[in-house]
This record gives sequence, C-alpha cells and structure tokens, in this order.
Amino acid sequence: MTAATGTLLIRGGRVVDPAQCIDRIDDVLVRDGKVAGIGPSTTAADETIDATGLVVSPGLIDMHVHLREPGREEDETIETGTRAALAGGFTSVACIPNTEPPIDTQAAVEFIRQKAARADTCNVFVVGCVSRNREGKELAEIGRLVEAGAVAFSDDGAPVYDAELMRRAFEYCRMFDKPILAHEEVLELSRGGVMHEGLVSLVLGLTGMPAAAEEVMIGRDIALAEVTDGRLHVMHVSTAEGVGLIRAAKARGARVTAEACPHHFTLTDEGLRGFDSNYKMSPPLRTAADVEGIIAGIVDGTIDCIATDHAPHAPEKKMLELDRAPFGILGLETAVGLTVTRLVLPGKIGWPRMIESMSTLPARILGVDRGTLKLGAVADITLIDPAMEWTVDVKSFQSKSVNSPFGGWKLQGRAVATIVAGRVKYRLGRG
Amino acid sequence: MAYLPNPPSLPMTPTSFQSERVPAGWQHRHLLDLERLTGDEIRLLLDTAALFKEATDHCRRKLTVLTGSTVVNLFFENSTRTRTSFSLAARRLGADVIDFSASTSSLSKGESFIDTARNLEAMGIDAVVVRHSTPGTPHLLAQHLDVGVINAGDGPHEHPTQGLLDIFSIRERLGDLTGVTVGLVGDIAHSRTARSNLWGLLKLGAKVILCGPPTLVSQRWRELGVEVSHDLDAIVPRCDVLNLLRIQFERQNTRPFPSVREYAHLYAMTSDRLTRAKPDLLILAPGPINRGVEMTAEVADCRQSLILDQVTNGLAVRMGVLWLTCGPREPAAARVLVPPVSDARTRG
Repeated sequence: MTAATGTLLIRGGRVVDPAQCIDRIDDVLVRDGKVAGIGPSTTAADETIDATGLVVSPGLIDMHVHLREPGREEDETIETGTRAALAGGFTSVACIPNTEPPIDTQAAVEFIRQKAARADTCNVFVVGCVSRNREGKELAEIGRLVEAGAVAFSDDGAPVYDAELMRRAFEYCRMFDKPILAHEEVLELSRGGVMHEGLVSLVLGLTGMPAAAEEVMIGRDIALAEVTDGRLHVMHVSTAEGVGLIRAAKARGARVTAEACPHHFTLTDEGLRGFDSNYKMSPPLRTAADVEGIIAGIVDGTIDCIATDHAPHAPEKKMLELDRAPFGILGLETAVGLTVTRLVLPGKIGWPRMIESMSTLPARILGVDRGTLKLGAVADITLIDPAMEWTVDVKSFQSKSVNSPFGGWKLQGRAVATIVAGRVKYRLGRG
Repeated sequence: MAYLPNPPSLPMTPTSFQSERVPAGWQHRHLLDLERLTGDEIRLLLDTAALFKEATDHCRRKLTVLTGSTVVNLFFENSTRTRTSFSLAARRLGADVIDFSASTSSLSKGESFIDTARNLEAMGIDAVVVRHSTPGTPHLLAQHLDVGVINAGDGPHEHPTQGLLDIFSIRERLGDLTGVTVGLVGDIAHSRTARSNLWGLLKLGAKVILCGPPTLVSQRWRELGVEVSHDLDAIVPRCDVLNLLRIQFERQNTRPFPSVREYAHLYAMTSDRLTRAKPDLLILAPGPINRGVEMTAEVADCRQSLILDQVTNGLAVRMGVLWLTCGPREPAAARVLVPPVSDARTRG
C-alpha cells in the first residue's frame, strides 16, 4: 500500500482507540501516512475532515473474508471484495484460502499480494492452508507460507478432520506463533444438513445440522490446543454451548480466541421459513437462546472479535433448491450497521468494545501492526456516523454478489469514510 | 357411506359448475402447504372436493369446468400414483395435462429448475403441479411464476393433497373431526404426509399422536401441541384412526433402527394389535404400503381399512384443488382477494 504524503487532519470526532484506552473528542493528525498525534491541533493540514458527531476508529479489520480469487471470480474478485470492505469501513481483511487452487504455496500467497497491491484498495492479509491442497492429509509448507507473508492458517470451509494432523499443526505453528483458524464441524453429524437442527427444521422437513456437530469439534480443538499449547482461534461460533466451552477454556488459561458473525447475533433459524437460500450458511443460524449466548460472549469478551465470514456466491448459484445452493452470505457491507444496531444501540456493548472487537483484537490475533492510532502507527482510520439511519440495498453493494438476507433492512450506524495509510480510499456518497 | 351435507356457504351445486366461480373464501393462488392455511380454508377445500366427488359420480364422470386450461405435472422425483391421480383429476375437469419429467428435460443439461418452469409458463399454462425432493421448492417456484403452483410433495416437508385426502376420508366416515384421536405411526421424520396430516388435523380440532422410534419421532414435536409416543401398544386402544406411514429408506442417512424385523415387531399394525383397538378404528395408509413392515396383510385388507377409499378421494381432492387454483375468479374480487406477487413471498 503506498502511503500518502502530506498531512490530513481529522477534526473534532470522538476518537476511540481501545489499545490506548482513549475515548474522547479530539483531533487526529496524519502525516505521510502515519498517525502524527492525537490532540488539539492548530496545524494547517493539506486536507481536513470535519468529524464532528462521528466516531474516529482505528481502521476496522475483518479477519474472515472469502475473496474467491483465484478460481471463482464470478462470485468475487480481490478488487471487488476489497472495495466492498472499504465501503463497509474495513481497512484490512484477512482472506481465507479456500480458493481454487487453495493458497498453500508461496506463489499463491504472492499472487494474492500482487493482486491486492494492484487493486490499491485496503490491506489484504493472507491466511494460508493448514494442509496441502486443503485436503486434510498432510501439512502445507507452513514455514514457507509464513516467509511469504501468511499471518494465520486455516482449512476453513471444512474442519481439519484428522485429529492427529490438527495436533501436529498446532505444534508446528508454535514456532511461528501463528494461530490456527478453525472451522468446527463434525461432518457425520451435519451430513446433508442445510440448517440448524431444531423445531423449525423438523417442521420444514429440512435436514438439520445439530449444535452438537459444532460443539463436539470445538471441544476437540480446545483439548488439542491445550495439550500442545497451540493457538486456536474458533471461527464463526454459533451456539451458546460453544461459547461456554470457549469461556471455560479461557478460564483455564488455554490460548484460545474466538470470533462471531453479525448474522449469528442477529438472525435465527426462523429465517429459513421462507426457504430463502440467503439464510443458508455454515454454521447455520441457530435459536434465539444461541443468539443470546453469542451476545453474552461478545459482551464478556469470551468472543474476542466480530468477523463477517463474507461469502459471496453469484446469483445463479444461490437461486437454487435449498439443498443445492451453497452455504454463505455477504457480510462486509452490513457488519457495522448490524453491530451498531444490534449491540451498541441497545446498550449491550459500548463503542470501545465494538472497536476492540473489530480492530484492536483482530490485529492482535493476526499479529499485524494495525488496530491502533498510536503515534507512528500506519494511519488506517475508519470514520463511523453512529446516528446515520440507512436502508440496506444489495444492488448498491460494491461486492460482485448480492447474497444477503439483509436487503431492505433499516440499520443505524455506517462507515462514512475509510482511510488506508493516510489516504481517503472511500467516502460515503463519493465512492 | 355417509356424505357430508353441502355447507350452505358454498354457492356451487353439482349441476351448475359451469357458471360458478371460485368461492370468495379461497384467496390463494397456490397450494403450497397446509401449515399456513386456516381451518376454514381447509374445510372449504374439503367441501369443494366433496362436491366434485358427487358431481362426478365418485370421480368416474367427466366435467368441462376447466376446458381450455392446461395443467403441467412437473415431477423432479419419481411418482406413479400421485402423478396419475393429478392427471386423471385434471382430465375429469376437462383440462389438458402435460407430463414433464426431469430425466427427459434440459435439467440434465444443467438448466436450473426455475428456468425450466419459466419456459413452461411461457407456453401459456395455467397451473404447475410440482414434486421435488427438496423442501420449499414449490415455494421458490411460486415466487418466480405467475401461474398457480400446487405442491405434490416437497421432500419430507409437505404433501398437502395427500393430507387433505386422508382427512377427507376420515371426515367422510366420522363427520366433524373435533376431538377425534388420530395416531400417525412410522417414519415421521421423513414423511411429508405426516406433516400435512398433522397441520390439517390440528386445524380441524383433532388430537394427534405421533408414534415411532425416537430416531424417527422427535420429542420436539410436542412443542406444537401433539402427543409423542414410542409405544404403539400404549396408544392403539385410544385411537379412533391410525395412519400407517411408510418407512422411507431412501431418505435416511443412517438406518434409524437395527432391522426391519425389529421395527415390524415394535410398530407394525397386526391383527393381534387390532383386537385391542376400538372396534370401529379406521386404518389409513398413504401407500405404497410395505405389507409386513407397516402393517400385516390382514390389517391392510380388513373392513376398517380406508386404503382404497383414499385413492378415490385423492381424485376428488385434487379436482377440488385444481378448481380452486385454476378456476375462474370474480374479476373484481380476484383483484382484491388475491394478494399480488408478494403473496408467495410473505407466505413463504
């Protein structure tokens, strides 16, 4: 990412930087792409943004994004996906390696980084495969992937099914201090499933994916992480019991972190009653009690981060019978609105916790030098209008796909400017 | 055989179908499931079927009320009985019928089923009768087509005309269903017939007992106000009706019981069990029946068995459904009463 030259002054916003315990109305000065200070500024800057009434946050980081390139450019590309990220207020994304081919070689990592540099949008941090060709049989060349810039490892889309391979991965990654991002699912229990197993699936005659399918695997991976002292990051936790397992593991001192997706703290399996494939994702939408469990986990910090599992699918693929339609929905452009509307406005969490979960902690887990407005830090900054009411229009999405169940939803809170390395890459209404 | 009196609210008489229009009490464009119908709507469907049964002399005579209409059987899953029944019902009403089977179509060339249905619609048809292995497929079609969509079975979800014809057959014998106890026995988990029966029976005031092994009958069903039992011997003496559902081996991931022999031992309706039932217990089976699994041959052929009534009544019910779906509506009323495109969307 080329940094800006010159100065940018963000004046009069509510500056929230949990890494420094800052939450106050102040000015932020950016010089040559770096944070040059937080404090009342009298300097005449090259560019000034009036942030009165806005929240000024370290750039948001979505650590779970499927950019689809290479291999499925009909769904999304690195360029369109990162444009969607900017429009959603994200200055960084971590891209998950279940592409075709999967990101399991240095050349593949290099391809992503080149494409991202050419797109010149937001930062793209590359997640490498745990196993070669994502087949779950033998370890990928994790060391070489780290050299190429991979920040974490995941076979997401599927669990690392072989328990011994997972154990080896935890052990091996320790020497690089990289986390394994785990998709937790016992496949035999969820086989043929399209939604959560419960009363709704029973009534609709749809094959269910029981909560236990996720919880059993979370339990296995926590045990493996503890026995190896490895770093486990549980992706898209969707059940209240799953949150409980993570809470207990953290209390024991296990090196476990976790993320939850906005759809999992917003929607329930009732959404499937219309047989709309935009409500089909894995893990599936669960019950109201699970939604409460997820929210409680975010509130008490058991769930460290909010990540979107942004999963674009071209319309012709989603507009199929429910069992043939693929799993997954878009997330980047609705995450801020959903989080503000569902969690911040009702007072479940405050702005510092929201920003911690969407910037500070993702940066810390991925080990990237982002997620703060410390003096000298790269000036990735997101400006959020906490009062803006808006209606989700999937047709106006920057993403190449439209598979969101939130079309037509009225939300409050929206990113109005996204600044990457001191350069304003997105301003609402100005593209 | 006892006939229901024609309800006074219905303007139709058997001799004057030609000039009649779809009654105002029926506002739907489609028949997608029974879950989202009201008790009154279900009674209207059953009453309409009764009229057609009488007007066609037990479904043997032909009418001309749908002459000029075209009904397409769009079956993505094998079926002989339901397809034949729908075809015959449509022909009895004077409609043209086209059978469209997925294996001979462009679906094998990769076309989506929605595109296939849209193509058929463009040929100027009036209704699509759809069967598919995936729940919700008729609902999806209803969102994309302007013609009426009739669900002829969507995976394990619903089979509304089967539910209606079962209930029709019970009502023909017992009249009002309020307080009648109906046991649905067998593979509830994979049975669309069970689900349609359950909703229809509950809405008409019957008491429903679901019976089978826990692997096929979830305790969660109780949340809907039905009784769940795993002991057939315990419920047989209390039932007025038993509906014996087929074991759907083809829909099961893992076999939900150790052997067919053990299943039959626990859940097959036998003449021995029949001796402990109420003397006028009615036996239904949606078929095809596996003699020796769901019931023994003596039970299938016993005097209380309605199995063959069900087949005749299937025609009557499907005539009623086709009429309500394709029949002429009062032009002004239709605009008011038939919800526009959003109908399918809001209803599912």
